Amino acid sequence: MDMNQYLDIFIEESREHLQHMNDNLLELEKDPTEKNLLNEIFRVAHTIKGMSGTMGFSNIATLTHEMENLLDALRNGVVEPNGEIINILFRCFDSLDEYITHIIETGQEGELDSTALVKEIYNSLHNEENAPEETKNDNKLSSAELDEFVMHAFELAKEQGLNAYKINIVVSDDCMLKSARAYIVFSALEQIGEIIHANPLIEDIEEGKFESEFTLTIVTSRTDSDIKDELDSISELETVTVEEIKVIEQPEKPIESASVEKTNTEQKIETKEVPKNAPAKSNNTSSSANRAGKTVRVDIDRLDNLMNLVSELIIIKTRLEDTGSREKTNMNEAIEYLERITTSLHDAVMKVRMVPIERVFNRFPRMIRDLTKELGKEINLVMSGEDTEVDRTIIDEIGEPLIHMLRNSIDHGIEDPETRVNNGKSEEGRLDLKAYPDGNSVVIEIDDDGAGINVVKVKEKAVERGVITQTEADEMTQEEAVELLFNAGFSTADVVSDVSGRGVGLDVVKTKIESISGTVEVKTERGVGTKFIIRLPLTLAIIQALLIGLKGEIYAIPLSSISEISTIEKKNIRKVRNQEVILFRGKTLPLISLSKKLGIEDTNEEEETIIVVVRKGDKEAGLMIDSLIGQQEIVIKSLGKFLLDTPYLSGATILGNGKISLILDINSLI
Amino acid sequence: MSEDTLDKKYVVFKLEEEFYGIDIKNVQGIEKVQDFTIVPNAKYYIKGVINLRGEVVPIIDLRKRFGIEEKEIDVNSRIIVVFFSDIQVGILVDSSSEVIEFNIDDIDSSPSLLETEHEDFVKGIGKEQERIIILLSTEKILDIVDEQDKVN
Repeated sequence: MDMNQYLDIFIEESREHLQHMNDNLLELEKDPTEKNLLNEIFRVAHTIKGMSGTMGFSNIATLTHEMENLLDALRNGVVEPNGEIINILFRCFDSLDEYITHIIETGQEGELDSTALVKEIYNSLHNEENAPEETKNDNKLSSAELDEFVMHAFELAKEQGLNAYKINIVVSDDCMLKSARAYIVFSALEQIGEIIHANPLIEDIEEGKFESEFTLTIVTSRTDSDIKDELDSISELETVTVEEIKVIEQPEKPIESASVEKTNTEQKIETKEVPKNAPAKSNNTSSSANRAGKTVRVDIDRLDNLMNLVSELIIIKTRLEDTGSREKTNMNEAIEYLERITTSLHDAVMKVRMVPIERVFNRFPRMIRDLTKELGKEINLVMSGEDTEVDRTIIDEIGEPLIHMLRNSIDHGIEDPETRVNNGKSEEGRLDLKAYPDGNSVVIEIDDDGAGINVVKVKEKAVERGVITQTEADEMTQEEAVELLFNAGFSTADVVSDVSGRGVGLDVVKTKIESISGTVEVKTERGVGTKFIIRLPLTLAIIQALLIGLKGEIYAIPLSSISEISTIEKKNIRKVRNQEVILFRGKTLPLISLSKKLGIEDTNEEEETIIVVVRKGDKEAGLMIDSLIGQQEIVIKSLGKFLLDTPYLSGATILGNGKISLILDINSLI
Repeated sequence: MSEDTLDKKYVVFKLEEEFYGIDIKNVQGIEKVQDFTIVPNAKYYIKGVINLRGEVVPIIDLRKRFGIEEKEIDVNSRIIVVFFSDIQVGILVDSSSEVIEFNIDDIDSSPSLLETEHEDFVKGIGKEQERIIILLSTEKILDIVDEQDKVN
């Protein structure tokens, strides 16, 4: 059978499972005796083992199998959980992650060698166990495998309010085609519920490999009499007994015949019973299971297509509005309706594209853990607002910059424990990662309580590298000096470490964030800490914009970067160091002549001029324009590969009259 | 990516007094001229962008590209929409009306024989009865080679 069609599903699901495993491992490190966590990790390892086995990825299957052994030994108390064991589990996770990455890239599981790891697991088991126990452990596994699935199915069924029944069926002796009869039973039962266990195996039953009797376990929303009625209508069945089973006692029943395994099963039940006694904990695991059930994977291309359709609709709506103003009331009503539809359609589609920022955040705890160990620092990462939703395209782009900044904070920001104590701080550094929505944007803050940025050193370095002159450095405010960090090729690390400070630094972060129309700000106080504030747009496809006129052309300015609009008198414009400025609301506001920037001849002879005050982070500037046209929802279109590097433009949009208006890139204009 | 091999079917258009041909496999369609939106700071030969059924398409003014004197747009003016290496561009020409299929013998691949100011863009000469048709390299017109140089 061609497995390629399942590869995507396999990859998606493995990623989810690995993430889940990672979360649980991190929790386990904090509380190594927590049985629920062990069970959860076991379940995940087992699922991955099953999936990879089906796909023919034998290395993964072997590794997860060994993990199961280890986990099983842990939860049965055969092996004591200690730092070393946890580390082995983490390394198993890393290997699995590498395998999956390799599969994503090549479709093959690759030649990565994990036998050493497998051996290590074996040894860790072996050290504390004698040989016979080891083999017993293997036995245990097969039983554990079986009821692991059944148990899980029962749990799920119970959560969903379904009942579980054990059905015993005896086929008449004179039945000619036992397998066909069994098949009819299966299909009848599958109509009303789900068969989760069969004894003998379903395949065997279907091939007629059973005496005259078989037992099925099903979960269904129906009652036992319903099931009985259903089955009684099938001929050639001698007896049908339907028995409801309670969650805690069930696993015993399907395995009754396999008495050798019974003792082990009981052990398992014990561990599974724990969640029932500790409801708070069990809620935890069940909610994560539910969440997985509620997500739908949608091909991003299809979404994009939907988005394009909505875009078209909005264009048409705008066009209607233009003609509508001449046709009067009825038309207006229709347009209002259309507008309502398009707005909600837009919202709906946006929501489909939105994913919680958790997707990016959830890889950080592990990264921080490894980094702090490597650097000998103690850091407590506090994340909040993981459920803040951001457009998928932004999620894909923001990961790298965030990693970079977190590394920066850990490497340069937070001091080592000794220095911290000497400075009267607690040994453990604090690193806050916070996300929250703010109007039409999403804000991500990275806040550490480290040493803060040494502005003097930044200036020195900048002078040394020839970024600025000494005089410039002396005149610089603290904010301006901090901005220097975002300069290309700037790094203040005294020691070039493995973590950061390789020369490529915050400038890359800034460029990346600006490429998705975001901004970065830094607030720092010497000795108290540094805070990076990243502001990102909610979506990149449809925005509110101000349309302005300039020399017969219409340009669009994203509303999100506009502070206000005003008129100024030209005679009040002053020149400071070759820069036109004006005193505006008690502050000097730099002025930018849009026509000059765009290389258009300025013919505006009027005494007054309209300025649009635009901002980039803390910076503001006044754009001098000819006329205001109005606010409109615009659909952003790319200028295409051919015009991609045209300065000051970030894209184009199609107006109601079919004409193209260019969108100004405020970030590059200021 | 190159188009050294000479294909036989060409979309033929007129610029000033000469006939030119563009390989038909790069041509998406021929459009009437519509309103342009000027793109500031773009390359000198970019006339602007047009809205082609919802897509923003840049237009190359071939007269400017070839350094020929500009001419007012009239009823015969056409935009030949080409698509080459993921780039969609319109080429503004004086007029265009036909597709010519050449016999392989009628194509001369050594343009240096002909003295034209813009010989860089030429990849061959086609003969059709009494007419001489200059076969252009789409790649060169779109300046893709220059782009690559920039990267290097």
